[in-house]
Amino acid sequence: MCMGSERYARNFDTLTPTEQERLSSARVVVLGLGGLGGGVCEMLARTGVGHMTLIDGDVFEASNLNRQLLCTEALVGTSKAEAAKERICAVNSLVQITAVAAYADKTNLLDMITGSDLVVDCLDSIHGRFMLQDAAKKAQIPVVAGAIAGVSGQVTVFFPEDKGYELVYGKRGHLPATGIELRTGNISYCALMVSAVQASECIKVLLNRGDILRNKLLIMELWSNSFEIMDLA
Amino acid sequence: MAQIKIELKLFVTLAEFAPENTDNFTVQEGTTVEMLIRELKIPENAVKLIFVNGKKQDAAYVLKSGDRVGLFPPVGGG
Repeated sequence: MCMGSERYARNFDTLTPTEQERLSSARVVVLGLGGLGGGVCEMLARTGVGHMTLIDGDVFEASNLNRQLLCTEALVGTSKAEAAKERICAVNSLVQITAVAAYADKTNLLDMITGSDLVVDCLDSIHGRFMLQDAAKKAQIPVVAGAIAGVSGQVTVFFPEDKGYELVYGKRGHLPATGIELRTGNISYCALMVSAVQASECIKVLLNRGDILRNKLLIMELWSNSFEIMDLA
Repeated sequence: MAQIKIELKLFVTLAEFAPENTDNFTVQEGTTVEMLIRELKIPENAVKLIFVNGKKQDAAYVLKSGDRVGLFPPVGGG
């Protein structure tokens, strides 16, 4: 059931029919289907991105229930990628989904993202983020990156010719494996806020419209309601 | 040596090192961000990003009167 022309009726006139058509042919990879990725893939599907590759080798744990939209009690112990595919198919059957229930690594990631228009970084490891950046540069596609810790989050966008994560996390030789999120945990509303900003940046990159956070870092902190855009370059 | 006032914002886990008067914090003229971090007793390597007046800077930046300084730890969760 595809719901005909009614499906996207409320996207107009924020989006034009031409832009909506362009989104339907767009190809987006979402890497990581936890707190960020679960929100991103659903928002992109509802907006009308036509093709998505959803990658995560992990299964749900009970500790995911506090924030990961795709995680339900019944799905604990099952594949995040399969859950994402089922959810997106239920929301928008027009979207062509490729679910990859495997961890991305240096040997397979380039193949997974080549031919896409952009990749969304929803990973939870800083080393993994640099690995994704390397693959995205080779594939010549932009990255829309989000990260969270507690009620703080950040979003940035970089293109293949940009310095990328070095500007956010420093040089590779001095990287921590993870950030401070191991201490702070991650809260649901922060994860969804950051994933919403990522989805917005994806649409802007795909449509080449609006002010894109390229080489800028949007930093959000909800205890103080602080939202600031910092120049990285 | 003259003193200058800066605005200080410490994000996430760094907030526990915040002094009382972050909106009007006094430092000696010539203080670098690295010296400021040491003065606040923030552990080495706990600061990943330094922003001054909305622009990324490194630890050698010499603070000026009225600067808005933001210190950010590494954030990588998803």
